[in-house]
Amino acid sequence: MSYPETYKYTKEHEWVHANGAEATIGITDHAQHELGDIVFVDLPKAGTQVTKGQTFGSVESVKAVSDIFSPVSGEVSAVNELLAKSPEKLNEDPHGDAWLIKVKLGDPGELNELLSAPDYQTYIGAE
Amino acid sequence: MLAAIGLKNQEDLLSHIPNEIRLDGRLAIENGKSEYEIVDYFKRLGAKAAAGYPSFLGAGVYNHYRPVVVDAVVSRGEFLTSYTPYQAEISQGTLTTIFEFQTMVCQLTGMDVANASMYDGSTAVPEAAMMAVRVTRRDKVLVARSVHPEYRETLKASTQHQGMPVEEIKFGKDGRIDLDDLKARLDDTIAAVIVQTPNFFGVLEQVKALADLAHSKGALLVVVFSEAVALGLIEPPSDADIVVGELQSFAISPSYGGPFVGIIATREKFIRQLPGRLAGETTDADGRRAYCLTLATREQHIRREKATSNICTNQALLALMATVFMSLYGKAGLRELATQNLSKAHYVADKLKVEFSGPFFNEFVARIEGKTPEQANAALLEKGIIGGLALGRFYPELKECMLICATEMNKREDMDTLAGVVGARA
Amino acid sequence: MIKKVSRHIVQEEPLLFELSSPGKAGYQLPELDVPEVSPESVLGKENVRDEIEGFPEVSEFETLRHFTRLSTWNYAIDLGLYPLGSCTMKYNPRVNETVARTEGLAWAHPYQPEELSQGCLEVIHALENALAEITGMDAVTLQPAAGAHGEFTGILMIRALLESRGNARKKILVPDSAHGTNPATASMVGYAVENIKSNDRGVVDLAVLERAVTEDVAGLMVTNPNTVGVFEENIQKICGIMHDKGALVYMDGANMNALVGVARPGDFGVDVMHLNLHKTFSTPHGGGGPGSGAVAVAKVLTPFLPSPRLKKEGELWKWNYDLPQSIGRVRAYYGNFGVLVRALAYIMAHGGNGLRQATLDALLNANYLRTLLEPYYELAYKSASMHECVFSDDRQAKRGVRTGDIAKRLIDYGFHPYTVSFPLIVRGALMIEPTETESKRELDLFADAMISIAKEVEETPELVLKAPHSTRTRRVDEVSAARKPIVRWTPRPSESQAAD
Repeated sequence: MSYPETYKYTKEHEWVHANGAEATIGITDHAQHELGDIVFVDLPKAGTQVTKGQTFGSVESVKAVSDIFSPVSGEVSAVNELLAKSPEKLNEDPHGDAWLIKVKLGDPGELNELLSAPDYQTYIGAE
Repeated sequence: MLAAIGLKNQEDLLSHIPNEIRLDGRLAIENGKSEYEIVDYFKRLGAKAAAGYPSFLGAGVYNHYRPVVVDAVVSRGEFLTSYTPYQAEISQGTLTTIFEFQTMVCQLTGMDVANASMYDGSTAVPEAAMMAVRVTRRDKVLVARSVHPEYRETLKASTQHQGMPVEEIKFGKDGRIDLDDLKARLDDTIAAVIVQTPNFFGVLEQVKALADLAHSKGALLVVVFSEAVALGLIEPPSDADIVVGELQSFAISPSYGGPFVGIIATREKFIRQLPGRLAGETTDADGRRAYCLTLATREQHIRREKATSNICTNQALLALMATVFMSLYGKAGLRELATQNLSKAHYVADKLKVEFSGPFFNEFVARIEGKTPEQANAALLEKGIIGGLALGRFYPELKECMLICATEMNKREDMDTLAGVVGARA
Repeated sequence: MIKKVSRHIVQEEPLLFELSSPGKAGYQLPELDVPEVSPESVLGKENVRDEIEGFPEVSEFETLRHFTRLSTWNYAIDLGLYPLGSCTMKYNPRVNETVARTEGLAWAHPYQPEELSQGCLEVIHALENALAEITGMDAVTLQPAAGAHGEFTGILMIRALLESRGNARKKILVPDSAHGTNPATASMVGYAVENIKSNDRGVVDLAVLERAVTEDVAGLMVTNPNTVGVFEENIQKICGIMHDKGALVYMDGANMNALVGVARPGDFGVDVMHLNLHKTFSTPHGGGGPGSGAVAVAKVLTPFLPSPRLKKEGELWKWNYDLPQSIGRVRAYYGNFGVLVRALAYIMAHGGNGLRQATLDALLNANYLRTLLEPYYELAYKSASMHECVFSDDRQAKRGVRTGDIAKRLIDYGFHPYTVSFPLIVRGALMIEPTETESKRELDLFADAMISIAKEVEETPELVLKAPHSTRTRRVDEVSAARKPIVRWTPRPSESQAAD
């Protein structure tokens, strides 16, 4: 699976795609592959504040749980309802349909601190 | 074998343990005894206990008959000596019985989901409180004083460092939780209201009214029970959010206070907040129905410090005893058993001065006149009968009262004797 | 292929609810010797339930047969070896079951007069003494219901002691090799958890520990021998480092089977520890419980022990509730008394001499297996093993086979798997603890099976990857069970008529 050039990435394997003042956040293909079959996704409600570097939810497989760290700060404007019914979508389309939350950016400058697609791929290649 | 390892004698296996900490000499414990001596030792100890005395004690531990089929089943090595069913393919026996157990607990309590059991009723209470705190994200808990005193003590000791204040609510003349006191203390900082039904005094609480009250302020209602037989007859607490309790009444010997088997049950939406083990239905690679432990990510071995609880056991063998018991009595039997208990207790109560006006199941509080409850019990003991629980030790304001329980195991003649001694004026 | 045990693989047995038939029952109560009351009149109509919908309706024989059939789908110690590391799956002596059912003990009510409970109180006293002697500690409580519950009790006491000194402190140190209950417990007592990395020999790194112990650290939770079966040879220094900073040492006693009669935690500086009576002391696992988590403490912690404590008044044992510094009670009544009886019977059967020999036999068996398996599996640490040995699946992983697959294939050989993927510090762990009650014959059969599987991994890995093949149930779908949890039976709409 390819890593979209228009996305930014974190070392904790999240991606973020900014669209003006709003950003969509998800986990990377590498992350879903490491986790295995996803059984449950725990996400915050709309209106919750998220902070860069802090956890806002978790992703569970049968034998493991991973916290999700927010790449940016802001207010949750939308939560992907699809994942409550079909958590397996996160294995199938982590960069597209299985986005996690949308956030109203508090500080767009934070995006500059994240990794580009090539840098992220180098990072996971080295892991 | 030593040769295979390359050692001369077994002591060599200890060579890497520093000398300073190796035990010098042997343990100060007598030499091993023969089987006969061991059996005889415990027989003599058993004789120094109250075997065979009719008893009117309840207070959270109940004398009910244990059908012999129960021991026939749990004595099978495949149940007695098996391990936790982490390897589903070779544990379908245990997993199937756990699934049946979970189902019957739901049927009894009116809840949607139940786990594979807790240590006992008393420790299930703090677990329910912690669960309510997680769900509501509030930190305070209200508990009725009519809940078993040792359950309340366990609640406080277990949660003392979790930033969870616990406040007690009074009981009224009817022996039930004082609704006015509750209304006064209920606000939007309360995560849960905890009540017991039948409560410690044997009195039935009004679950629906309490649920409405708690919910009106966004709190959860936790209902506790310690006499499981009651659920054969009384309206199940289906308006509760969490139900916890004790199944000792279902073929588990009183055994001087343990081991017992607790339960925790709740609504579907809170399933991921449940502590402890859960068995779930699934299929195997051939499409055949099978069971396995599930939602393990809640538990300590995966979540570690973020687990819903540190609990690493369920009371599997005792849950199995309870499952066999429930199977033998069944739908009609549990109701008949409960009706017999109700009848026995009310027979005795009619001869005595009942302290509280609320409806009661197989236990009630009797006011003793002309002597202390302790004196009444001493007189009963002379007749070879163990009387009820003198309440002064837990409720100073009830020091002239005794908690009396009568089950299907209590005979009429003993009840008459008890009533004669306890009810007498002199 | 060596076939050892094969259970009823074709037996089909429905659930109780599917066997039910209206009107069937398996009980008979005596006739009432008092007038029967009407529940509605006495309790009020609104308090009386409808019948319990879906509850079983089967005969006594159907009940017995149902559970007997289900039991044949289980593996058990009575059938064969469980090489589960740190679980100490030893023989559960049947005399334990007999003595636990002694009438005066089994039917004792916890609130019955103390004068009539002397037999029970003597059991508690005798076991507390024996365990204090075995652990080298000053006092023992038998109140906690299980190991994890014992850990909780121990950490509560540590906190109480530190609070009495004016500062509860903030965190507990936990080695990265620790069992999950350790950090979970620390959290429940309001402490933050800091992980301590083990060194390349699998033991606590003294330098790392020294750096980590600050005035904010309340204690260290250490397992000895640790979860890779290695004795923490620096345990005295570890305790010294902690005590120097005013912190305490909690020892997880899950691996006590390696130490009984050989070394005593109280002698090497431990302040508080728990014992798993259902591991070291042979009480049966029963499919997952009951257990009992006795907790032993050094003198400094005795004032904080759970209430009540035994005291002697003249000739009689009594319960003492006057314990102003006690942490309170961690459960109702006094402990899992029925389990305590069994543990005491075990200790009496072995005696001081036998207990030590049992430990030496446990060490022998574990090291024997280690020697036999070393050529085929990657040993995780070269340090001396005590009662268990740990391998990693590194060699087999090269062929795409992991520890979980090997474990499933072991089932086809008639054994229960070893502990899979724990401890987390070993990549793809295989943790093996045979215990002292296994004969050379059983150990050889087990080693032969493991060696045969190692060969299969090289030659026919598919066989291992798709295992087990010979069980009643093939590999179960744990993913669906977690995605869509079904945790109770519900009647299907078409099943309105029950089988007859």
